[in-house]
Amino acid sequence: MKLTNRETWTFIHGMVLGSFFLLAFAGGLAGLWSLRTEYVTPAGIAERLRRLKIGITAMAIAAWATVITGTWIVYPWYRESLAGEGFPGCEGASAPGDDCSPRDFLLSNASGTTEDWHQFGMEWKEHIAWISPMLATLAVFVVFYYGPALARNRAARLLVLVVFVGAFLAAAIAGLFGALITKTAPIT
Amino acid sequence: MSETVHPEALPEVDRPTGPVAAAVLAAGIGAFVLGLLTTLSEASMGVHDFLEFDDDVGPLSGKTILAVIAYFGSWGILHAVWRRQNPALRPILIAAAVLVALGVLGTFPTFFQAFASD
Repeated sequence: MKLTNRETWTFIHGMVLGSFFLLAFAGGLAGLWSLRTEYVTPAGIAERLRRLKIGITAMAIAAWATVITGTWIVYPWYRESLAGEGFPGCEGASAPGDDCSPRDFLLSNASGTTEDWHQFGMEWKEHIAWISPMLATLAVFVVFYYGPALARNRAARLLVLVVFVGAFLAAAIAGLFGALITKTAPIT
Repeated sequence: MSETVHPEALPEVDRPTGPVAAAVLAAGIGAFVLGLLTTLSEASMGVHDFLEFDDDVGPLSGKTILAVIAYFGSWGILHAVWRRQNPALRPILIAAAVLVALGVLGTFPTFFQAFASD
């Protein structure tokens, strides 16, 4: 069992950071949902606020790390132009290879109709993913700004919740297309 | 690290709304700039080429760098302006939501590819 350098980075980008993001989202959402004065004791609020701060900060860090590694490390390998004009390097290929990058492979339709995976899936994924860390950072700021008062301030909690879920949805769209594209045209 | 909190003693939100308004609007601006640049890059080869800050990453490098600069830059400026003020949050939240929605629209392939230059 061996992973190439590219596979390792793809794994870090998609699986390690992606899983961490999901875990942090779940923790943060649970903490946020239950941070109400009617639900918990004063000690409970302090404990849940601490958990919320950790979860939401971890999520924002994971979101930034995911888009930075994705755009600046993994994406250049995806979009290399190896196959040439008209994609002769991908002819007869059933997967990307030395003469056929994942982007070339998808656009060449060498193995079924795959063009839309790039034209729609990758094009949306590579852009919308960057909205996630911006929204996650906003959520972090609001949580730290209001602190314990968040437990009493329903409007601020709702703001954080909406922004937090928005960050998750943007990342989920990117993550879903990332997984499906990797299945069709893996970076090796 | 323990923090003792008495809910009945929690102040109703008495902190200025300015910093939150600045952060919210900045997120909207960042998302909007990303969507705008994505569409402009598709519509104009000149913009497309300008955004190629890095050859390996292509125009995505310029789009994301400029969007992040717009996000943090506008946040810093708005925060400095509003940090002790209490602007009404509702219109700012609506403006930010519209900007984020436009940003998402601008990054949606079916939308921005409709502006593709030949």
